[in-house]
Amino acid sequence: MMSQFRSQEQLLHWIDMVSLMLVDLTEYLDTHPCDEAAIDHFNHYQSLYKKAMREYADAYGPLTLSTASPDKVWCWGLEKNPWERRNS
Amino acid sequence: MFNYEKRLQYPINITQKNPAAAAFIISQYGGPDGELGASLRYLSQRYTMPYREVAGLLTDIAVEELSHLEMVSTIVYQLTDGLSPEEIKAAGFDKYFVDHTLGVYPQAAAGFPYTAASFQSKGDAITDLYEDMAAEQKARTTYDNILRMVKDPDIIDPIRFLRAREIVHFQRFGEALRIATDRLNEKNFYAINPSYDKVPGSTMPDFTCPQKQSRPLMPPTGDNMPCCDQKTMC
Repeated sequence: MMSQFRSQEQLLHWIDMVSLMLVDLTEYLDTHPCDEAAIDHFNHYQSLYKKAMREYADAYGPLTLSTASPDKVWCWGLEKNPWERRNS
Repeated sequence: MFNYEKRLQYPINITQKNPAAAAFIISQYGGPDGELGASLRYLSQRYTMPYREVAGLLTDIAVEELSHLEMVSTIVYQLTDGLSPEEIKAAGFDKYFVDHTLGVYPQAAAGFPYTAASFQSKGDAITDLYEDMAAEQKARTTYDNILRMVKDPDIIDPIRFLRAREIVHFQRFGEALRIATDRLNEKNFYAINPSYDKVPGSTMPDFTCPQKQSRPLMPPTGDNMPCCDQKTMC
């Protein structure tokens, strides 16, 4: 399947957005556990998040150890750290 | 347990060095109303929180605060990375530099190191939740003050994001306080400490409303407030 994202930066931006929805909905659902509409939203963004994390790991390397599938070289520790500037 | 995601919660890419701004933004890393104190406060308070969903909220917000901690330290790092001794002296960053070089260290803007004396874990559900609501407002005010002093859009953008999250957390803790008080004696929330006075042998009279202790599962009311308590739901 062709990715809808043209660049690594775009895909990461998408993950940031989808993940923020999950964080916000999680905290909301903690105090509103029976809000079915919010649960539907949570499940929607959860599936988008899982798909995007898988796509990112396959194309650019894993953001989490749960999506890592190391082959000959352990790349996890060699990947860019989040505090590094974009063009460093 | 915790797992790491190798990304920031919100992107940060600061191109202009600014040690003067770093010297006050660092307060949200290790200062009295900073993100380190926020995450430790909620992580510490959750054990004695007698309502499971509120303890869960404390955990989930604490985890987000750790993401914010990483964002603030990233801002400090990017603002100071690559400074020359001349730039450090000109910006008045020399007092920080002499102790830490350009290492990121949790301290307040005024220079004192991080101290857990800036938060409480009081072992009383009502007390702790009021502290949490105040803490979110204090952090929001600190971000307001940072926004009053910085002009660089690369800094302003992530600081605005962090400020907005404090407001969301204040709202959630307000709902948590309502959940807690709804389960107490409605004529006197402070008659007992629900975190402690449930223990056998307590000399405190139990004013907890008996009807609410055995409240049945209620249908959704449409106002989105919790419709059921933990015991009957799970």
